[in-house]
Amino acid sequence: MKVKYFAWVRERVGKAEETIEPPATVRTVEELIAWLSGQSEAYAYAFEKPKVIRAAIDHAHVKSDAAIAGAREIAFFPPMTGG
Amino acid sequence: MPVATCPVTIRIQQDDFDIAREIAVLTGNRTDIGAVVSFSGICRGDEDSAKIAALSLEHYPGMAEEEIRRHADEATSRWPLNGVTVIHRVGRFMPGQNIVLVLTASQHRQAAFQAAEFLMDYLKTNAPFWKKEESATGTGWVEAQARDDEAAARWTRS
Repeated sequence: MKVKYFAWVRERVGKAEETIEPPATVRTVEELIAWLSGQSEAYAYAFEKPKVIRAAIDHAHVKSDAAIAGAREIAFFPPMTGG
Repeated sequence: MPVATCPVTIRIQQDDFDIAREIAVLTGNRTDIGAVVSFSGICRGDEDSAKIAALSLEHYPGMAEEEIRRHADEATSRWPLNGVTVIHRVGRFMPGQNIVLVLTASQHRQAAFQAAEFLMDYLKTNAPFWKKEESATGTGWVEAQARDDEAAARWTRS
């Protein structure tokens, strides 16, 4: 699946997007954040406060317990500050 | 009574917008519109007494348009609107420059006022845009405000 990062999450991860293949045991957004955090210090830094991170699956906001099965694109970003 | 048509225009662009022109496009030759409310968001020159040199706006292409569309659709289902225009700029802005435009048209002012406020409240908390401020002391991402969440929450229907 494709993963995108925005604003300071992007800066901390060090890339805007990538394709990942998490193990089948990673079933929810929350579990994906935990799995990514274990991949490197950059991810651990980006996701150090997981409750602050917002997520979207296929362009729609989701909660942290949302299932990631079948997702084409998952995005992680800080609370929005547009307008 | 015929059902009023409600064209919805959503644009994300770097270029500036012309409010008068956008209102003219929205109202066109129609005679069923009695009220147009226009909200423009402008880059401020200071934040909590700290001077801002510039503001950069980043967005999530694709989702930003879809999210604004969902809110515009909700607005048209909640109020009797005759037209909605939302233009959000991205890029780097200096104080005084336009950032966002929301236009709502209706037969009567109440619906237009309420829908414009609803759209802006949701845009601030739910549309995937992020601001970065540049000041004399450096650059930093703007933090989300609890008061914006509270403003959006008052529109939640039980």
